Amino acid sequence: MPVLLSIFLAAILTDNYILSKFLGICPFLGVSKKTNTALGMSVAVILVMTIATAVTWPIYNYVLAPNNLEYMETLAFILIIAALVQFVEILLKKFLPPIYNALGVYLPLITTNCAVLGVTMNVIEKGAADASFGYIESIVNAFGSGCGFLVAMIIFSGIRVKLEACDIPKSLKGLPITLVAAAILAVAFLGFQGMV
Amino acid sequence: MAKKSLLQEFTKGIIKENPVLCLVLGTCPTLAVTTSAANAIGMGVSATLVLLCSNITISLLRKVIPNKVRIPAFITIIAGFVSIVQMIVKAYAPSIDEALGVYLPLIVVNCIILGRAEMYASKNGVIASAVDGLGMGVGFTVALLCMGIIRELLGAGTIFGIPVTSNFMEPITIFILAPGGFFVFGMLIALANKLSGKCKKPEEIGCGSCPMKSKCHKNTEEGAVE
Repeated sequence: MPVLLSIFLAAILTDNYILSKFLGICPFLGVSKKTNTALGMSVAVILVMTIATAVTWPIYNYVLAPNNLEYMETLAFILIIAALVQFVEILLKKFLPPIYNALGVYLPLITTNCAVLGVTMNVIEKGAADASFGYIESIVNAFGSGCGFLVAMIIFSGIRVKLEACDIPKSLKGLPITLVAAAILAVAFLGFQGMV
Repeated sequence: MAKKSLLQEFTKGIIKENPVLCLVLGTCPTLAVTTSAANAIGMGVSATLVLLCSNITISLLRKVIPNKVRIPAFITIIAGFVSIVQMIVKAYAPSIDEALGVYLPLIVVNCIILGRAEMYASKNGVIASAVDGLGMGVGFTVALLCMGIIRELLGAGTIFGIPVTSNFMEPITIFILAPGGFFVFGMLIALANKLSGKCKKPEEIGCGSCPMKSKCHKNTEEGAVE
């Protein structure tokens, strides 16, 4: 149990996908203008990341690896994720309409989110390096990474609301100042290094 | 589409529509692999290769692929080429493969490639698409190389591994860490804005010509209206 907790915390703080691994920057910059859109997007990411890892891990270890098809990883994973996102969307629409209404618009965007593909490949790599990093650990890692995404998105949307009101030099307006703010936030997350 | 010479098609990707600095696409690899100039070139060349091949293939198949399933079809084609490039890099440049790590297969979800497929290759002829892909790829590589040189020089005091500033300056390590990536990228975009002033509006952050723009953009605009 303590191992799982440390995997979870490490995924949120030290290995934060946005601020230290640079995955999922597009949604980070694109939908972090408002806290409620940032929240919706992040919850959808957590959902898809966890389900995608739960599905791709057995496929890699029980279908691709025994047949020496490791090189098909990229192709197989992206197709699985794309199909999975569609499937989750249909299921939510049918059985959980309130959740669909809240998250529906974000789901199609997640197919091409590199954080989702990144996390599924990352756990495979970790599993190859360390045999004790199995299925449960992979799912906890994926869930933690999603939560790390949420934390970074929520903090950043708060910062951006404040930035709107500031007087910024003309050529720094918009994206550049946002990136500088992200740099300072990344310094803060650097402080967690070595903690877990 | 207005008729442009092939040279114009090529240079627009490098200067006027630079995918990284103007359209702000493909930010993830731009930030992640530019810790040294050599990595930046490895990433740039791999992505250019994929972009060129996928643009040619998609342009050839543009009349065959049904409109409804075009995005999954594009992703499959791109994923196929990424796997090929991945194997080539693994075989001939294992050090680059190690340095790029998971970011090499992640070329598959690079918005530049899907964006060009959707915006250009699916509407234009083969030669124009190939030139467009090459131009965009070179633009991407140039932007990555700028980032890589600046970060390597400031963060490690070297360029392509050759020591430069060892006599008069301590390396500022933070530039090759995550925060330095964000900072240098922000400053480069600010510089590009200042110099050209012709770039797209900064409001279209991160979504320049992302294929999913219509949904995403509508969604963020709704957020702005409330």
